[in-house]
Amino acid sequence: MSINESLAQGSNILIYGAMTAYTFAMGSFAISLAKGRRIESLEESATRVASTSPQVRKGATLTLNSPAVSTSLSNTDRLGEGRRSGNIGMSLTWLATFLLGGGLVFRGISANRLPWGNMYEFSIATAFSVSLAFCLMSLNRDLRWLGLFIVIPILLDLGVAITVLYTESAQLVPALDSYWLAIHVSAAIICMGAFTVGAALSALYLGAARVEERIADGQTPGRFGGLARRLPPSDRLDLMAYRIHAFMFPLWTFAVIAGAIWAEAAWGRYWGWDPKETWAFITWVIYAAYLHARATAGWRGRKAALVCLIGFGTIMFNYFIVNIYVNGLHSYSGVN
Amino acid sequence: MAWLRWIWRQLTSMRIALILLFLLALASVPGSLFPQRGTSPFKVSQYLRDHPFAGPILDKLSMFDVFASPWFAAIYLLLFISLAGCVLPRALEHAKEVFRKPPAAPRNLSRLPAHVQWISIVSAEQVVQTTAQEWKKSRWRVRAEGEWVAAEKGYSRETGNLFFHLSLLVVLVAVGFGGAVGFKGTVIVREGSGFANNVTQYDTFSPGRMFNLENLAPFSFKLKDFVAKYQIGGTQNGAAREFRADVAVRDVPTSAPRPVRIEVNEPLRIAGTTVYLVGHGYAPTFTLWDARGNLVWKDSAIFLPQDGNFTSTGVVKAPDTVPQIGLQGFFVPTVTTDFSGGPQSVFPDANNPQVFMSAWVGDLGLDNGIAQSVYKLETAKMTRIGIEELKPGESWKLPKGHGTLEFSGFKEWASFSITQDPGKGWALGASILAIIGLSLSLLIPRRRMWLRATPQDDGSTLFEVAGLSKTEAPGLLDQVSKFAERIQQHAPEVVDVD
Repeated sequence: MSINESLAQGSNILIYGAMTAYTFAMGSFAISLAKGRRIESLEESATRVASTSPQVRKGATLTLNSPAVSTSLSNTDRLGEGRRSGNIGMSLTWLATFLLGGGLVFRGISANRLPWGNMYEFSIATAFSVSLAFCLMSLNRDLRWLGLFIVIPILLDLGVAITVLYTESAQLVPALDSYWLAIHVSAAIICMGAFTVGAALSALYLGAARVEERIADGQTPGRFGGLARRLPPSDRLDLMAYRIHAFMFPLWTFAVIAGAIWAEAAWGRYWGWDPKETWAFITWVIYAAYLHARATAGWRGRKAALVCLIGFGTIMFNYFIVNIYVNGLHSYSGVN
Repeated sequence: MAWLRWIWRQLTSMRIALILLFLLALASVPGSLFPQRGTSPFKVSQYLRDHPFAGPILDKLSMFDVFASPWFAAIYLLLFISLAGCVLPRALEHAKEVFRKPPAAPRNLSRLPAHVQWISIVSAEQVVQTTAQEWKKSRWRVRAEGEWVAAEKGYSRETGNLFFHLSLLVVLVAVGFGGAVGFKGTVIVREGSGFANNVTQYDTFSPGRMFNLENLAPFSFKLKDFVAKYQIGGTQNGAAREFRADVAVRDVPTSAPRPVRIEVNEPLRIAGTTVYLVGHGYAPTFTLWDARGNLVWKDSAIFLPQDGNFTSTGVVKAPDTVPQIGLQGFFVPTVTTDFSGGPQSVFPDANNPQVFMSAWVGDLGLDNGIAQSVYKLETAKMTRIGIEELKPGESWKLPKGHGTLEFSGFKEWASFSITQDPGKGWALGASILAIIGLSLSLLIPRRRMWLRATPQDDGSTLFEVAGLSKTEAPGLLDQVSKFAERIQQHAPEVVDVD
């Protein structure tokens, strides 16, 4: 089976096109954010969040108590000013998502296989997954304030992909030639995309919560005040992050188990503490800790958000460090 | 006794569970950074040689056997005790709750997070009964008394949660059981040769602690053909594209052989045992005659690949000549003209094979009782008499009349990993249950819903619907207003017309 070079070329052009669109989207989102104002003032949020924070005995679980925040996330996070540039940013992000998707499809057709056989392709697919998750989530809620924090990691990812990880379109090595590639790797890509959005939300939460806490204590908003003024209240950010992780954790579990089933067929054991397996396990344990932490008084809030960021850090470590620098069975990076 | 209870309470607290989770994650890290004996024993000995000071200290700390180390076991055992101590009481509590009726409606429904109320002239009784039936029909657990209905939904959330955690316990047991009762072995088989599932035929064999020799299934197979295909040209020149081993399998010694193709993702599964294709290489065929022209060796010697292009090394030992003859050298599947870095292959396929052999005479050291590697020549008591490069079909008259060596061609060999793990089915089943339980426990909303109908002094009735979400799932307000609208069909709102 040979490689269709013109399709592979076309794929590259589409990906450059997507990067251009993302760059302009980044500018639009930045302008939108700079102009935007939230509906609820920082002071109001600070009072509300401070008054509803859980007063539960240390160590108790909160899962069966009523949540401390309003559980509705409907269209209330309006940016007010700066809407038009926010809309342009959203449209450009949609456009870029389609271009990126087209680039992936072309790449796949050029080699007549699924386009996630090496790190370059995996990175493109992950960027696509982040972007698509963001676009789909924006369908029934206003996420223009989040756009900048999604487009930046996507651009970084794509930049690394085309400069460091770029690999020519080629056939698969025998170990990857299995229908489990479709199952295990797709699940991992979707999870990485969603966890990226979740990590962005948790990071923003940490900033916003800090500002609100300072205001509640009667201090100045501090360094992140300008940013927090343009974001939804911290409890909303926290809730959104939690929902993404709660939704994605079962899929990550599935990705790990699907990997184990594949490993059983390919390597003769379902679990062998290969470095990549080990780090997938570490990520799983950290996110499990996040979900438990969020349900535990005394860990809720900032500590839980930190745990979630550590979880994302382990994914990044697994992806960039383990794939490239640590020798293991999962050495398919294609990077020399 | 008090401190025992204190320890138990601490161990089963969420805080300690969290700390144990972090420790588990942290403890796994060195297992991915240091070479591990379980997967790469050679790299461990290499590391120990390269780090004479740090190596032994790290070894004492089980850094090369992290996942079999006592401290790793301590963490996960504590974690599982903590888990059991947390989950079992919750399971009992949940079992009771499932049979209990939902709690009565709170006195003041308007204080709940979602609340709707209206006045209607319809009497309370009828509406309460109808609503109770309707809620029951939409699979809520319903309790109706007099003027109120209490309902709860989403018990499967906690059921899923418990199943998830219990499944993890089963996975742990299954992994331990499989490891103890099963075995793992490897064997190299040349084309044309065979393997019978017998401990003596394995190159390496590591049984579990409770492994029983009688569990070895009596199958055998013969490697008829091994094929490897590689990418030609492009930046991925030489990357593997296909491996396959065609074997003839006998399920029992008396049965007729059946053809099976073993590929990388397609192992041979036979009688609870699985045979995986894990590697391959070349076995150059040599014929050796001694000084008097007697045939002393004729076979294909397994050479081990040293790099991605299969530059391979190996030896031939002829102990029955006087003096003994040893040959060691390289098999290069695709040779280059550039020898600056020694003999080296430029492509993994055998496009232009050649061997580079050095001949030694003296004492092979086979008779001193010390076990020797079949891939290495002990040259301490030998002298080298010459080196030569040979293409297939070429012969070399050994210097000083020690004999003649012919390189007639090569065979390919495949290495197989053969395992038996009776626990893996259990682990898989429990994992699937764990995913189902986990999904239920994170995605099913648990809610309470109430209807209260309070007769007013003027003969009308105040209807109140309120809901409480016990989770952070969205949509409580929507659901409450939908339920209220439904009830309003039986009890229309009275609009004051003055």
